[in-house]
Amino acid sequence: MPKRDDINSVLVIGSGPIVIGQACEFDYSGTQACRVLREEGVRVILVNSNPATIMTDPDFADATYIEPITAEILETIIAKERPDAILPTLGGQTALNAAIQLHERGILKKYDVELIGASFDAINKGEDRMIFKQLVLDAGADVARSFIARTVDEAVGYADDLGYPLVVRPSFTMGGLGSGFAYTEVELRRIVTDGLHHSPTTEVLLEESILGWKEYELEMMRDTADNTVVVCSIENVDPVGVHTGDSITVAPALTLTDREFQHLRDISIDIIRAVGVDTGGCNIQFAINPVDGRVIVIEMNPRVSRSSALASKATGFPIAKIAAKLSLGYRLDEIPNDITGVTPASFEPTLDYVVVKVPRFAFEKFPAADQRLTTTMKSVGEAMAIGRSYASALQKALRSLEKRGSSFHWGDETRTVDELLTIAEIPTDGRIVTVQQALRRGATIEQVHAATKIDPWFIDQIVLINEIADQVAAADRLDRDIMILAKDHGFSDAQIGELRGFGEADVRTVRHILGVRPVFKTVDTCAGEFPALTPYHYSSYDAETEVIASDRRKVVILGSGPNRIGQGVEFDYSCVHASFALSEAGYETIMINCNPETVSTDYDTSDRLYFEPLTLEDVLEVIYAESQSGELVGVVVQLGGQTALSLARGLEAAGIPILGTTPDAIDLAEERGLFSKILGDAGLLAPRNGTAIDFAGAVVVAEEIGYPVLVRPSYVLGGRGMEIVYDSPSLADYFTRMAGQGIIGAGHPLLVDRFLDDAIEIDVDAIYDGHELYIGGVMEHIEEAGIHSGDSSCTLPPVTLGRAEIDRVREATLGIARGIGVKGLLNVQFAIGAGVLYVLEANPRASRTVPFVAKALGITLAKAAALIMVGTTIAELKAEGKLPLIDGSRVPIESPVAVKEAVLPFNRFRTPEGLAVDSILGPEMRSTGEVMGIDRDFPRAFAKSQLAAYGGIPLSGTVFVSVSDRDKRAIILPMLRLQQLGYEIAATIGTAEVLQRNGIRARVVTKFSEKTGEHDVSIVELIRREEIQIVINTPGGSTARADGYEIRAAAVAGDLPLFTTIAELSAAVASIDSIRDGFEVTSLQEYATARTALL
Amino acid sequence: MPDSTAPDQAPASADLNSTVSGRAVPGPAVLVLEDGRRFVGRSYGSTGQTLGEVVFATGMTGYQETLTDPSYAGQIVLMTAPHVGNTGMNDDDMESRQIWVAGFIVREPARLASNFRATRTLDDDLEAQGIVGISGIDTRAVTRHIRSLGAMKSGIFSGELFGLSDSEQLERVLSGAAMRGRNLSLEVSTVEPFSIPAQGERIGSVAVLDLGVKTSTLNYLAERGFEVLVLPQSVTAEHVLSLKPSALFFSNGPGDPAASDAHVTLLQEVLRAGIPYFGICFGNQLLGRALGFRTYKLPFGHRGINQPVLDKSTGRIEITSQNHGFAVDMPIEGIHESRAGFGRVEVSHYSLNDQVVEGIRCLDINASSVQYHPEAASGPHDANHLFDRFRDVVLASQSAVAGETK
Repeated sequence: MPKRDDINSVLVIGSGPIVIGQACEFDYSGTQACRVLREEGVRVILVNSNPATIMTDPDFADATYIEPITAEILETIIAKERPDAILPTLGGQTALNAAIQLHERGILKKYDVELIGASFDAINKGEDRMIFKQLVLDAGADVARSFIARTVDEAVGYADDLGYPLVVRPSFTMGGLGSGFAYTEVELRRIVTDGLHHSPTTEVLLEESILGWKEYELEMMRDTADNTVVVCSIENVDPVGVHTGDSITVAPALTLTDREFQHLRDISIDIIRAVGVDTGGCNIQFAINPVDGRVIVIEMNPRVSRSSALASKATGFPIAKIAAKLSLGYRLDEIPNDITGVTPASFEPTLDYVVVKVPRFAFEKFPAADQRLTTTMKSVGEAMAIGRSYASALQKALRSLEKRGSSFHWGDETRTVDELLTIAEIPTDGRIVTVQQALRRGATIEQVHAATKIDPWFIDQIVLINEIADQVAAADRLDRDIMILAKDHGFSDAQIGELRGFGEADVRTVRHILGVRPVFKTVDTCAGEFPALTPYHYSSYDAETEVIASDRRKVVILGSGPNRIGQGVEFDYSCVHASFALSEAGYETIMINCNPETVSTDYDTSDRLYFEPLTLEDVLEVIYAESQSGELVGVVVQLGGQTALSLARGLEAAGIPILGTTPDAIDLAEERGLFSKILGDAGLLAPRNGTAIDFAGAVVVAEEIGYPVLVRPSYVLGGRGMEIVYDSPSLADYFTRMAGQGIIGAGHPLLVDRFLDDAIEIDVDAIYDGHELYIGGVMEHIEEAGIHSGDSSCTLPPVTLGRAEIDRVREATLGIARGIGVKGLLNVQFAIGAGVLYVLEANPRASRTVPFVAKALGITLAKAAALIMVGTTIAELKAEGKLPLIDGSRVPIESPVAVKEAVLPFNRFRTPEGLAVDSILGPEMRSTGEVMGIDRDFPRAFAKSQLAAYGGIPLSGTVFVSVSDRDKRAIILPMLRLQQLGYEIAATIGTAEVLQRNGIRARVVTKFSEKTGEHDVSIVELIRREEIQIVINTPGGSTARADGYEIRAAAVAGDLPLFTTIAELSAAVASIDSIRDGFEVTSLQEYATARTALL
Repeated sequence: MPDSTAPDQAPASADLNSTVSGRAVPGPAVLVLEDGRRFVGRSYGSTGQTLGEVVFATGMTGYQETLTDPSYAGQIVLMTAPHVGNTGMNDDDMESRQIWVAGFIVREPARLASNFRATRTLDDDLEAQGIVGISGIDTRAVTRHIRSLGAMKSGIFSGELFGLSDSEQLERVLSGAAMRGRNLSLEVSTVEPFSIPAQGERIGSVAVLDLGVKTSTLNYLAERGFEVLVLPQSVTAEHVLSLKPSALFFSNGPGDPAASDAHVTLLQEVLRAGIPYFGICFGNQLLGRALGFRTYKLPFGHRGINQPVLDKSTGRIEITSQNHGFAVDMPIEGIHESRAGFGRVEVSHYSLNDQVVEGIRCLDINASSVQYHPEAASGPHDANHLFDRFRDVVLASQSAVAGETK
């Protein structure tokens, strides 16, 4: 059937903030969908609360709503825009759940709007575990034995039948939230309690354990004519028991015979047909018992998923794009395969390479969290690598993680085989390296298999890598044969250097003298059967290269690698925008990145795509290959976060031109002494500070400038290791914890700053062309200084700063830009304390807030910066209309206010004892994503941001408050207002006394530590009994610290709004009235029109 | 003999289901193409010399089925999938009694077989059956070379023969037989006829001309209720007719259909006798010829398990297993008159990749065939239903005959 003619407008629902289990893969899929729909002439209405995404760029839709993804807001948008259809299958579980709500509340019917991509019925069949189970059995396939439980006691009863361990899975959640293995009744009770809470339907599924079975996924697509294709098979190297998002995975499946694979394919087709997904994609997960081949269907997602993004990048088959076309009624054979141009999309990609994906964890940010990998996803990002063999792809993927110790190594290993095997038994981050060490120490494949259940074939590949390492180490000299052998197995120059006892650079020199360089192969969907039109490349030490010569002027853009806390989709946004701007300006754009979730690694984004690790070696080789033709204008390093920036020096040393701010200038900002001089020259102040490379030195500095001090290692992103330290013992403790991470030392000193209490923090994003400064936005943090800017909420324009203060900020930014010698982007953090403006830090690179500025004010800094880097001036950009004439330091009073709020992953983590991890904010960033609320004033915008971040502030109920002494004065007014608004108030004794004396009725609640007996109900129990709706708790002195933790942990476990700063509380209180009024929605395009009218 | 029944061997019982093959470092080997291009790698399987047409197969699973598919006789097969041998070899997945490829090219041979059904490694079988192979070469470069220049003569040289001069090796390659004009049926066909009983209710018998038939095909026919009479390729039409089969089936097989005049004549005679016919692959090309159409050699063939085919009668797409270097020359649109007097003919299926004829249906006689492999093995089962369609056609013709005789 050709395209339907009754769909002229479509509402696309995005996935909201980046959270664990739902990351920028949905930006990739949503962006593809929006593009396709518009190419098809459909009016696209987009809603997504996440401003960091590329899809929310107003160029990708006709009406872009950065609004909370709730049924109420969606109804408002539907009533206003009256779309013909809603496409909910490209925005993850968030969009799917929203669609279900719209259906259940009758909103779809009321406005006569159709779900496309998947019907309500199909969604329900795929997501409801009991219906799905029956459907699998009807398809002649098997499922794990299971029961549905609605109460904890019911679950315990079923467990007697199934036996321990058993699996608990809540219905309708994503990323395995709330699920896990229970080995004992105590664990079962805890996991079921959690699971019932997280499940919107208060149901959990209890299942027989299939721990240790082999795990596979098939990515499928089906059209209205019942044509079905398998786009990709994915095999988990880590067997069942580890969430697929946390597993090392490989595509295609490597340990299945054709008979077994076709069996999975047959089952998949039967299931997708029975579920009724007929205009899109789905993925189905399987477990196979390695002993007898019994196959069990684990689950299906009737939508595009993280795995489909991976499958798209792994095969070159753009699942989301095709899904969007199918949803308009096209058949698979009516859609061309972009890559070959001559064959249709109705085929199954075949690979002549191996793809390995490895997860990126952030446990260092949550030291209390249980680091065991389970069926609840815990990783925050992933890297993918492509190689002509599993060994090379695996080694490339591991080095793409850019994490110390993530690659195989052959240094001292003092642990015994038994010790290593015991460690490897429990899946954790880096288990693969433990396995490699165990094999190196003499463990057999059988022993490792017994400990880990990893398929012997994969273990043997690590044996092979160790054997090659031995050969490299033992060779008389590093000749061409041994070099090619090592490179063919994915060894980096650094690894070869380690084995031979010399440096990475020396290995590279020798290698180049020997003439050993990689060639670049093409991802073409067809294993070379047809010529490929798209230059999507990966390196291999093979005979023939496929890079096509070009006579154009080339710019290489370095991406930001795997998502991690502090470096996520925001940087991809900047890279992609730079690519678009430079391409439009006539340059050939060349993207290098290794993150499969991103838009930057879509083969459509840049002129050429190299899916390669972002290490100096790999980047140099791509540049060398591209330098063989055309003219290399230079490399953009300032948009890909610390990943790209850290390569600047090495590239420069290799004679590669760096575009924009020079590496020397970058160092000026990072190096404390040089930066102080710049500030001095510009007449600016920094908090008193110093640097130290060890504990003794740090104490001297701290005592001289006075506690509290803010300490942080240099050259890190996301406030890694950044803490506020109040005394010398804490400083000693800090050094103990940082030891061994290799981030403090000569060349990487610790920065020690006087910490400014009670100061207002300000972030500025600007661009500078060497002559003129252009402010993108001045953002005022809502929390006071001391909380990492990435975790802090902020407003744009600022809401409490006066014109004079903004002018001072502008002047200061100019002084810094000039002093550093910025050419391109600059982010400066200021603090205003007691009327004094301090400069906290300056970063001559893209910041996390660049996309926020673009969405809030319509100023696209990344595009402008890219053009400045190749020589355009700000004056020219203004003249060409690429920048508004008036910059972001002067926002007209009629403009809307945008609030950015961080989204934190605390509810994903538990301590090994099963308790929630602490959730107070600090100078080290821990948020995974952000949302934006935009409206005509601050209270409304703030309320929207809260609604988008966690569901919003409850409009009635009991507020529990317990604050430190220094905050007691500040809570009186907000609490009075809450009482007037009708909330009940409960407080711990100290706080209650202050409130009572100020005329606020407060019920006294026992602290957890003061609980006297069985009948004494502490605050923690009240929260568990759901008698509290809002929690306010600020961290105080050390005696209250433990209680504070218990309170916050209970709040996180109960998903309650939790305020840990007075500033955020005040903003929340101010916003309650506006929530009661209900929200209006305005698209970015409408705001833009209003802005133009103002000028 | 093709294995007609499931082997009666116990499955591998070891907990680990893995068999480690020897770790001796293999010696050098070279792949030489008829245009002089050379790829030096490591010896794989047996050492020595082998000559044949080099072709590439793009399936990511199913090397065992590929190796034992008689259609690959005379060909040096390159696997585009980089890792081959990971699941070892077992007795269930043999598509015939032996490995047929003339030579084998892989990038990364498995060092270990890991699968609960594996009874031995792929290396074991390659060595035992004397298959000369090569590994560790840029298989993608070879594939792209063949894709642009077409399938060509080639040879693999290892062991002492690796040391031959380049020109001597090239000379040997050029002396090899070309696939065009080559009849390989005798090499692969059964010598003695044999039969397989129908499974379940017997609906009749099918005479199978073994031009290189695969085990799966025979099993699927038997499962549909046919008593399967497998005949040597040298059988005569009189003999076939004397068996009074309910239907005739021509299997897949190697070689140039243009060099199989005797089979074409046989088919024409049986068709004239009004016996329903179904053919696969080579059997499709021979039907085309029997109807009076020409066949031609494709530049580099279709060999893979991801080939999209449109069934014109239903508008549905089947992802199919294919292995053919020749095709029937017939316009894919319209109805055509058989030049051999069999009435009207149409193309029933064609490739969505390159519009090559993938199936023929006669409108006036009971005969049809497909160029691809509904028995898959290896490959998707999308076209399995063609065996049901064949059964239905035979049943319908039987009741028609019964109706006439009443």
